[in-house]
Amino acid sequence: MPRLLGVEIPGDKRIEASLPYIFGVGPSNTKRILEVANIDPNARAKDLSPEQVNAIIHAINSLKIVIEGDLRRELQSNLKRLQAINCYRGIRHRRGLPVRGQRTSTNARTRKGPRKTVGVQRNPNAKAGKV
Amino acid sequence: MARSLKKGPFVEWKLLDKIDKMNDSNVKKPIKTWSRRSTVTPDFVGHTFNVHNGKTFIPVFVTENMVGHKLGEFSPTRIFKKHGSHTAKVTK
Repeated sequence: MPRLLGVEIPGDKRIEASLPYIFGVGPSNTKRILEVANIDPNARAKDLSPEQVNAIIHAINSLKIVIEGDLRRELQSNLKRLQAINCYRGIRHRRGLPVRGQRTSTNARTRKGPRKTVGVQRNPNAKAGKV
Repeated sequence: MARSLKKGPFVEWKLLDKIDKMNDSNVKKPIKTWSRRSTVTPDFVGHTFNVHNGKTFIPVFVTENMVGHKLGEFSPTRIFKKHGSHTAKVTK
């Protein structure tokens, strides 16, 4: 299992398939990286020479692809910004509701999580009704 | 679809006039506005807007982070109601 950029450990799959294990690198970024690094996409990840590994790292840097920790931090700060300025999108994030105008009467389970049944809670201050 | 860059951000011209005047004379007082559709531009920073939400005017103090958003995004039009006993503790 070769290591790439510290923690990345792609398996002995084709390099084309193992680069997307890096957070922030998908199929299309992989294509660009391999083109710049001039590496056959069918080569196995374990068979890469140190020069080729270096070429990949160099390609990621030169293409300005933000990956792993940096990307996570960027996403976090975007979210923080939205919540700090108290805009609609930030409020929806805070509430855990869909942000982009989807319906919430039904569905929206991805954001809302598993169904929670809410029973009727009586208002303790209400006057007593019929017995 | 995103707005054409050629046109620049949309700001209600009445609002822009007021801001320009206030920036020239260096006064800061809240601007009452119904124009929720206006984009916040860098000129707005530091001013307070009372943005109409259909019922009342919500005070919005504009900071640098808000540039590029619309005024309406900061003035919620709906009240978040929870299930449960409807006592005094509603919303927000």
